[in-house]
Amino acid sequence: MNEMSNKWIGKNTIRPDGAEKVTGRAEYAADTTMPGMLWGKILRSPYPHATIKSIDTKKAESLPGVHAVATHDDSVDFPLDTPVILGIQDMRWMARNVLAKEKVLFHGHPIAAVAAKTEEIAQKACELIEVDYEVHDWAIEINDAIKDDAPILHDFIKFDGKPSNIAGTLEHKKGDIDKGFEEADVIIEKDFETAAVHQGYLENHACLVSVAPDDKTVIWSSSQGQFMVRAMTSFITGIPQSNIRAIPAEIGGGFGGKTIVYLEPVAAILSKKSGRPVKMMMTREEVMRASGPTSASKSTVKIGATKDGKIIAAKGVFYLQAGAFPGSPIRGAAGCCLAPYDIPNAHTLGYDVVSNRSKVAAYRAPGAPIGAYAVECVLDEIAESLNICPLEFRLKNAAKEGTKAVHGPTYPKMGYVETLEAALKNPHYKLPLKKCQGRGVASGFWFNAGGESCAQVNITEDGNVAVTTGHPDIGGSRASIANITAELLGIDINRVSVTIGDTASIGFSNLTGGSRVLFASALVVTESTKQVIDILKDRAAKIWNIDKEAIDWENGVAKPAGDNAGKFKPLTLAEIADQATPTGGPIGAGHQVNTVGAEGGFATHICDVEVDVELGIARILKYTAIQDVGKAIHPAYVEGQLQGGVVQGIGWALNEEYIYNDKGKLDNPGFLDYRIPVCSDLPMIDTVIVEVPNPKHPQGVRGVGEVPIVPPLAAIANAIYNAVGKRFYSLPMSPPKVLEGLEQK
Amino acid sequence: MTETQYLSPKTIDEAVNLYSKNQGQSKILAGGTDLLVQIRSGVLSPETIIDIKNIKEISEIKNNGEGSFTIGAAVSGASLEENEEFKDYWPGVLEALRLIGSEQIQGRASLGGNLCNASPAGDSVPALIASGATANVQGPNGKRNLPVEEIHAGPGKTNLKNDEILINFDFPTKEQGSADAYLRMIPRTEMDIAVVGCAVNITMDEDTCINARVALGAVAPTAVLVNEAAKLLIGTKLDNDVIEKAAKCCEDACNPINDKRGTIFYRKRVSGVLFKRALKIAVERAKR
Repeated sequence: MNEMSNKWIGKNTIRPDGAEKVTGRAEYAADTTMPGMLWGKILRSPYPHATIKSIDTKKAESLPGVHAVATHDDSVDFPLDTPVILGIQDMRWMARNVLAKEKVLFHGHPIAAVAAKTEEIAQKACELIEVDYEVHDWAIEINDAIKDDAPILHDFIKFDGKPSNIAGTLEHKKGDIDKGFEEADVIIEKDFETAAVHQGYLENHACLVSVAPDDKTVIWSSSQGQFMVRAMTSFITGIPQSNIRAIPAEIGGGFGGKTIVYLEPVAAILSKKSGRPVKMMMTREEVMRASGPTSASKSTVKIGATKDGKIIAAKGVFYLQAGAFPGSPIRGAAGCCLAPYDIPNAHTLGYDVVSNRSKVAAYRAPGAPIGAYAVECVLDEIAESLNICPLEFRLKNAAKEGTKAVHGPTYPKMGYVETLEAALKNPHYKLPLKKCQGRGVASGFWFNAGGESCAQVNITEDGNVAVTTGHPDIGGSRASIANITAELLGIDINRVSVTIGDTASIGFSNLTGGSRVLFASALVVTESTKQVIDILKDRAAKIWNIDKEAIDWENGVAKPAGDNAGKFKPLTLAEIADQATPTGGPIGAGHQVNTVGAEGGFATHICDVEVDVELGIARILKYTAIQDVGKAIHPAYVEGQLQGGVVQGIGWALNEEYIYNDKGKLDNPGFLDYRIPVCSDLPMIDTVIVEVPNPKHPQGVRGVGEVPIVPPLAAIANAIYNAVGKRFYSLPMSPPKVLEGLEQK
Repeated sequence: MTETQYLSPKTIDEAVNLYSKNQGQSKILAGGTDLLVQIRSGVLSPETIIDIKNIKEISEIKNNGEGSFTIGAAVSGASLEENEEFKDYWPGVLEALRLIGSEQIQGRASLGGNLCNASPAGDSVPALIASGATANVQGPNGKRNLPVEEIHAGPGKTNLKNDEILINFDFPTKEQGSADAYLRMIPRTEMDIAVVGCAVNITMDEDTCINARVALGAVAPTAVLVNEAAKLLIGTKLDNDVIEKAAKCCEDACNPINDKRGTIFYRKRVSGVLFKRALKIAVERAKR
């Protein structure tokens, strides 16, 4: 496709969901109601760790207004010794996270649920449920969970042959690490810590579920995947998937946190028991206490380089908290941390550690920021010790086409070097700095992803285009798909509308996550649209009574390929649609495939900070995010993704953290004391979009949303060091920590 | 579902009568920016809410001349902001009040509510104390006038009797060459709660400090009037060593805790820093 001739790809077209959202018409899960609807509430554990000896629901059931009470006994049993894998989740853990079975494993762990006439009655009934606990010691922090005499969360998890809270490991190896370090002229090894941080989506989890007497089930909910909701609800309730229709509501942010279920199966159980539709909404406090943050971590990174600035060996060990059940994103930490570099000898190792916290959920490039934070900080120290510009140092060691990555693949054409060159050229990098101001840089990588996607492209009777895909739109996929469809058909963007189908109206499409959606859905939409164009040509051929091969589709019309084909007035899409019935019927095509060919994305960030050394406050002065996105189908959305990722990274670096009290209870379950950045904390985040097209994708798409949260942690840490001459190895770099560190200097 | 009775008296006597009749079961509603949050989160469930915003004395701003004002307990931050004279005379009190919550909250949040909520971190409280304002309270047994620093008894507790209502604040006549200032430390830039707050009210005769009041918030169970720091400043030309000693007094006046918002070390150190910065602003304003 010729870049310059693009009419819609690469244009900032008006977002299709904009008007509905700004006028309050967009329907979110919390907006849904049904006649006869009940309200569901959840009873949560008051202890961080206890065995459930018994649950007595009699008093709750007899409270007037209560229609149903549910416990784990009402759900399908998943024996502990039999894994049931769904995507990256295991239904053994998912079912026990939704409603605790043998044990409660964190403060706020759901134990039972009530459906009642009002929320107040449901809440009151929850308080009437009597649970007999045997309370155990608990472990919140990684060091407490991995020490020899740590309280064990799950007896059946063994490590080194003994019961352990280490639930798994993952490692990548390349070359000979010992030999590499022997050849190094400079070796730096440091320990790092990061705190657990929440995705902080604006919209709390909510759903409405109706189970009819014949088990036909309808779910309206806020999620990143209606098919994930359908499958998990089916697993936990035993209702077959074919009986469940999951309708994706508009979504008020997810960032990975809505890739699993919390409420839907519970509401389904309550609905089935009560015979009424059941609505459930979490409070912000419930979201903070019991929905997934991402892991806290501790790590050690050791890197060796030769005196001429070549990285020759690198080792990283990462412990990531999984929360109550196995499954922390060690792959993101151990797999992404060295991906930007061409390193001959390397070893990365991740440990999955369970502890008495809420189960982690995916969060934007899961695990990758943790790994990059440690590696990119150590690289800054090596560059400093070798007296090389940190960008030149990275450039010298940059992975490129043909490099064998530490995590396995050999790279095709990719754009990491281009991000470094753009950073070096960017005027930001040369701006003068004042006292107590500093500049830091860091790079980052995310795999991106393919997977199952379906699309249906239909020509309407009036000659317009209705596209249906199966992925909730959390980052601009509808606008981008509209751009691509209009481009391929050669028609005006306003003639294309894109809808996210429910599970009954489109085939299985994997959830929105991993920066996969535009990559995958563009592939299936492109293929469907090509088929539609083929049909349109066929219909024109019938109308003109000539061969289909003698017809070209150009700028939205069918026309004879040349003079030999005959002289006909070109037929527009509308004209062909008008003749659809006599020429063979409705015009449309669908495509469904497991998409492959996703390629990674790289970014380099430049950050300036100013530190108030008397108060320990670091403020971001200027920030530039440079990223290879493959191809920006809708640049304003791409820019928004870059800015959003950076801002979440800034929060992670400076103030956000889960703080537990001495009872093992989260002490800051709200946005007052869990401090995500507010607008006035931030400068405008500048972006530079680099486009090195993914050679395995028709439009060159790589994926955008995850990479921008990977570099900020280290870029900010390096900038603070540059400003005050003191390195901080623990996040968040909150004012008390920074002031104390500065005093110890 | 529990039902709450809402009452909206038009006079102080009526309010006092209703409040004393429903002792223990009723709460006073001014702006409601703390009370309604506490009700929603289940911390409080009062049987009766007595809204005092419709009482003239409690909602009015009276300019008594020469910097003396009588400000109703329920006057909102946004309304006080519109009073140019008050802004000229008491910029420190106004800037403290204006730091509470968001723009929307400012349409309701009041000095009286901030004081009676009795959070050690209430922003306007140190500024009120530094200003030398007094509080007029009224109960069935009559009226009392107390210095603001005597209102707080501890976190969430005041020295008001169970049947007393805060009516308004009297601000003293402004001394020639005086000005006030308030600063707080928060990790973010807005929408946050003070980790440390410091108010300074200073009177300058040329380069000599002739009067001073210093108050700290969020560093002890109640806001603290730091007389020792003020004493050090009075009669000096505010040389650096005097300021440093006074800053040390502020650190020593702190009796903070380690909590999710800050450490003992941090709060002490920042008290001194904010004192120095607030003092500088107050002195600049006083000399203007």
